[in-house]
Amino acid sequence: MKIGYYPGCSLESSAKEYDRATRLVARHLGIQLYDLNDWNCCGATAAHSTDHFLAAALPARNLMIAEEMGLNVTVPCAACYQRLRLAHRELTENEATAREIAELLGRPYQGKVRIYSLLETIAGIGLDQLAAQVVRPLKELKVACYYGCLLVRPPGTGCDDPENPRLMDELLLAAKAEVLDWGYKNECCGASLVFSERRLALRLIRNILRNAVDAGATSIACACPLCQTNLDTRQGQVNKEFGTSFAIPIFYFPQLLGLAMGLYPQDLGLGKHFIDPQRAIKAVGG
Amino acid sequence: MPRIGVFVCWCGSNIGGVLDCPAIAQEAASFPGVVYSTEYKYVCSDPGQKLIVDAVKEHRLERVVVASCSPRLHEETFRQVLRRSGLNPYFFEMANLREHCSWVHPDTTVREQAQRKAVDLVRRAVAKAARLEPLFPGKIPVVRRCLVIGGGIAGIQTALDVADAGLEVLLVEREPTIGGNMVKLDKTFPTLDCSACISTPKMVAVAQHPNIRLYTYAQVEEVTGYIGNFKARIRQKARYVDHSKCNGCGTCWTRCPVTVPDDFNLGLGERGAIYIPFPQAVPNKPVIDLEHCRRSTRGKCGACAKLCPTGAIDYEQKDEFVDVEVGAIIVATGYGLFPWEKVYGEYGYGRFRDVITGLMFERMVNASGPTGGKIQRPSSGKEPKTVVFIQCVGSRDEARGKEYCSRFCCMYTAKHAHQILEKIPGSEVYVFYIDVRTFGKGYEEFYRRVRDEGAVYIRGRVSKVYQDGSKLIVRGADTLLGEQVEIAADMVVLATGAVPAAGAADVARMIGIPQDKDGFFQEAHPKLRPVETHTGGVYLAGTCQGPKDIPDTVSQASGAAAKVCGLLLRDELETNPLVSKVNEALCTGCLACQPVCPYRAIQPVTITERLPGQPPRERVVARVNEGLCQGCGACTVACRAGAIDLKGFTNKQLIAEVDALCL
Repeated sequence: MKIGYYPGCSLESSAKEYDRATRLVARHLGIQLYDLNDWNCCGATAAHSTDHFLAAALPARNLMIAEEMGLNVTVPCAACYQRLRLAHRELTENEATAREIAELLGRPYQGKVRIYSLLETIAGIGLDQLAAQVVRPLKELKVACYYGCLLVRPPGTGCDDPENPRLMDELLLAAKAEVLDWGYKNECCGASLVFSERRLALRLIRNILRNAVDAGATSIACACPLCQTNLDTRQGQVNKEFGTSFAIPIFYFPQLLGLAMGLYPQDLGLGKHFIDPQRAIKAVGG
Repeated sequence: MPRIGVFVCWCGSNIGGVLDCPAIAQEAASFPGVVYSTEYKYVCSDPGQKLIVDAVKEHRLERVVVASCSPRLHEETFRQVLRRSGLNPYFFEMANLREHCSWVHPDTTVREQAQRKAVDLVRRAVAKAARLEPLFPGKIPVVRRCLVIGGGIAGIQTALDVADAGLEVLLVEREPTIGGNMVKLDKTFPTLDCSACISTPKMVAVAQHPNIRLYTYAQVEEVTGYIGNFKARIRQKARYVDHSKCNGCGTCWTRCPVTVPDDFNLGLGERGAIYIPFPQAVPNKPVIDLEHCRRSTRGKCGACAKLCPTGAIDYEQKDEFVDVEVGAIIVATGYGLFPWEKVYGEYGYGRFRDVITGLMFERMVNASGPTGGKIQRPSSGKEPKTVVFIQCVGSRDEARGKEYCSRFCCMYTAKHAHQILEKIPGSEVYVFYIDVRTFGKGYEEFYRRVRDEGAVYIRGRVSKVYQDGSKLIVRGADTLLGEQVEIAADMVVLATGAVPAAGAADVARMIGIPQDKDGFFQEAHPKLRPVETHTGGVYLAGTCQGPKDIPDTVSQASGAAAKVCGLLLRDELETNPLVSKVNEALCTGCLACQPVCPYRAIQPVTITERLPGQPPRERVVARVNEGLCQGCGACTVACRAGAIDLKGFTNKQLIAEVDALCL
């Protein structure tokens, strides 16, 4: 399967390991990722909270690139995914904006590109196919799948059921992990509020960690660079603030799939975590 | 040209507020044939009717045109006026200035066009009136027997009322017992009298009534015929127990080795494969659920047959069919619960065992229910201390549920809150609501009482319910405080809205009842004909027409019974003369009309034709059964030779109308 790949800025910096694991796992599964030529930032929170037009125009350029390449596009970052989906909707449903953007960027958008989250793309090859690639079943791994908010909301643009998403659960079940049912899989991690409303965001992070641990999780899998960063790098601050003692590793789901497929932990960027995942990796025999 | 009178009605301000009625009347006076024209505030009122009677006499009117509202509302009223005036009632034509003009064009900027349209509508009616012909209804005999479909409280009440009037009733219920949803309830608001105590005696009365023939575990499969003369086919499903031998001793159902979740208790309890739904069931004799019976799943068992002292078990029993003739049908098929598990992810899609529906709570708190009346968490069997109620689950939710209010949920939730506070000392009750609607007698007082007892009402929606250890965390908004609230609950009870009972669409299709946008059966008029349907001889009772509580259901059931008595206690019925008629001289016998007739009213007949100078010859022509014909007019369009006319809507009349409008 050939598909356009839009890594987004995070995957070139704080979430480099997400990018690396994604490329490795995709190659292993026969998914050919084609980087969009000369892609640009999706605008993220900064654009849509200050300028509606830019919020559509920035991702629109990426969509036009994908259209020119004749490819659909897969997006690992939840925020990028949502921005691209919303821009696609704006361009196909709002003629005035579409015209204005076409003028600005010097080309029209036909609306041919389909935008998939990485979860959908991997699930798209078939769970049986995936299961067939598993050489190191994640039997000992009690994992809570954490989707966050942007991947599934608003309803209609999300990649899965907004109230009880199941895609990641299915993928990790195929990798034979013990997937837990828990209540916080679609809660907000506080996102960029850690900078402006630190205590509030830490409380949200604490709630997620507590709920996962209470459900019996020994690790959390996620599909968003910001969620991962918040849950992983802020655990120390949470512990300090609330007197807790969390030490639960936060994986990107392709890292776990890679482990199950027998890829080397260091190739999957598993040395980049703040919370040491060694115990979890050892538990699955990695 | 007949002498025509035109009466323009203001309908108060409904028409008069938008259109200039005197000007319409003045212009109508110049239309061909019009010898008298006037306007009046309410032509349908007593003085308005007198105006017509007097004008007919004074001006020797031969045709009458009333320009007012929809014929669906008052055509019959004015036909009676003509009858009183000594005219044939079908010398009447209506122009609909209200629904077709003033109501849809209230905008002041289009006044002139609206006025012109009104005048055109009257011109059309006058053109048709000039070509009206006298029509005479026929007579048909009436079968003095009533079919009631559905044995819930509506069906029971209506059957008893009709039977008490001395008419024969056939009551058909698809479940093994009558009683419907009401008999599942524990107590009824606002008086808190026990539901079983007031409904089971009525069930027994049905079974013992000499005029009622009861068919349980049976379904009506086919209905044909017309008002006064319906034919229905009832399928008696095989019970595998011969009820004429069974004495209801109970040995079989206590000894059946199979246990399956009990649908009567909504899965909260268990029953055997041979079972009665509940101890007070009517009839109090069992049926075998062959799907789960060990004898049919594993090929051996037969415990019930061995134990039965009367030899009533018959595994070879087959479905039987009974054909009946009835004069009227009362549909009382009831309601089901909104399937919340499919759409409400925020309440867990049914994944959490301690999130239950109001009806499940009724079974739980019912002394004859699966827990013997003990309120307990389905997950652990422990008594819940904190209970959250969520209102409007499926109701008043345009996005995912139904737009309408299910009417009884506010009150049953208040009653549940009361029961928890009464039965569990130290318990806490929270109710999330949008609005609290307490419309009935004594309802507001009851709601107030429950709040005084300590139920905490929170105005707002619940955004999420999730399991946290053994607790259910309910997160919602308190829109009065403008804050988020989180409650750690032991049990959550959803006030699931009412939807038409499963299979309602099939019943509607079989009998020919229109359904509204939500699938409820459509009454003939929302205010003035609430128990009738547009199909003559078919009446509605209870929640199949729309959500309603027990008092309203019982009232409507008695209302339907009164209508049926009014119909069936007559010797003969007048038929509607507005039916199709075949001009046999023109009919070629192609029978293109036959397949388009939705009422199967057209049959071929052979006639002998005698033409001068030729020997008599036999020829096939179409003939309309006037008892079956509903006057839809489909055949007149299909007729290639133009041999069929719909009386009251003849081709000549329709063309005159079109000419009046367009030329």
